[in-house]
Amino acid sequence: MYGRGLRSLSILTVAAMALALSLVFFYAPLEAEQGFLQKIFYLHVPLAIIALCGFVLGGLLAVMHLRTRDSRWDMRSYVVIHMSLIFAVGTLITGSIWAKGSWGHWWVWNEPTLVSFLIVFLLYATYQPLRFAIEDPERQARYASVFAITAGAFVPMNFLAVRLSSAYLHPRVLGSTSNLPGSMALTFLVSLIAMALLFATMCKYELTAKHTRAQVRALRRLLSGEDGAPAPRGRSAVPSTSGPMTTPAAGRTSL
Amino acid sequence: MKRTVGALLRKELLVELRTLESVPGMSLFAVTTFVVFHFALNKSSVEGDLAAGILWVTLLFAAILGANRLFVADADQGGFDGFLLAPVDRSAMLAAKVITMLAYLVVLELVAVPAFALLLLGAPLGPALGNLVVTLALADIGIAVIGTLVGAMAVQTRARDLLGPLLALPLLVPIVIGGARATAPLLVATHSSGPAARWLLTLGLYDLVFGLIAYALFDFLLED
Repeated sequence: MYGRGLRSLSILTVAAMALALSLVFFYAPLEAEQGFLQKIFYLHVPLAIIALCGFVLGGLLAVMHLRTRDSRWDMRSYVVIHMSLIFAVGTLITGSIWAKGSWGHWWVWNEPTLVSFLIVFLLYATYQPLRFAIEDPERQARYASVFAITAGAFVPMNFLAVRLSSAYLHPRVLGSTSNLPGSMALTFLVSLIAMALLFATMCKYELTAKHTRAQVRALRRLLSGEDGAPAPRGRSAVPSTSGPMTTPAAGRTSL
Repeated sequence: MKRTVGALLRKELLVELRTLESVPGMSLFAVTTFVVFHFALNKSSVEGDLAAGILWVTLLFAAILGANRLFVADADQGGFDGFLLAPVDRSAMLAAKVITMLAYLVVLELVAVPAFALLLLGAPLGPALGNLVVTLALADIGIAVIGTLVGAMAVQTRARDLLGPLLALPLLVPIVIGGARATAPLLVATHSSGPAARWLLTLGLYDLVFGLIAYALFDFLLED
């Protein structure tokens, strides 16, 4: 049931990414001051926006987990935060390249958005160690949700504090899409949609993979007899998928 | 609720007074850190941004030291179980722990700030004292709330002493920004203006947001 629609979503994502990239390279005009370098904007900014939205979304999913106590919400929250972390690494790398290109340094401290992003990244980098350090799966899920909500609220707070603390240097393309010429705005919008689709697809892939692995494990346990092989669960940062959906019966109907 | 908080608070302070586990350690750590800074920077007196930075980094690390110990006795010696058996509001524990942490921080600052003025600070502390106290008080609330939340989270993990600081440090970055920027103009020889209102507002907003979040989430850390 997790895999449904995965193929069409993947195809849509590939098409959107191809469209976005061709718009970036063949349609959007060269920016007057920065020239070709400015094109990284169509990659960097969507990555950053999607990663931040993903972090906040992870917090909202964690709220759902704490309200319903359904481990599926925890799994979704975990996957979304995991993917956002990967997107955040991409944001930091592309941001660094852009900073090197326009200001001559790989890292610029008086650039509030990049610095805020680093702090948020460092905070979320502790998400997996936190999960990893709690053995009881139920408690792990609960604590991870508490962390996800706190960190989700921290994201805007941190941006406010860091932005206040430094002179404004970031290229003002971010907050003012209205100032962009139409062709650039269109390209940016398509890139943003493509990036959002990529995020959704990757989350769906990870969810499907985790779910399938749990089903395979449950079936293998069934084959080797009920009390034969204990679940090979050691220390794990991955949410446990216990509950009705991973029982062999439920697995069979959805296979 | 008020009686529960009172009882818990009395227990916390009594335990600390009898064992003297946290506060002396935090204070000693702060003073030693000033000495380390003296040698690391090779400076016998500091002012302005540098002074504010040293003061806040030291206070922050000392506070994290205390936050890490805040729940250890409850986790190891059955304090959580006893509390959960009692038919009282769970938030009482949050309130009591935050107030305890605040008390620790106040004592820490009563030791660390004079020691800082004596050992490292190149500017007179007297005229800036009022503004410094306001800034420290606002920051302390945020540090106490985050310290309590993170302490409660970290105490149940395997790598207890590692995870606490790892979680707390990035969360407290806005406090350092607000606190250091607010105190930097106070720690110069001829200071004229008080801290900029926006830094105090940032600290206040931080306290409010994370106070509410801790209030909403703390219950989930306790149930078992």
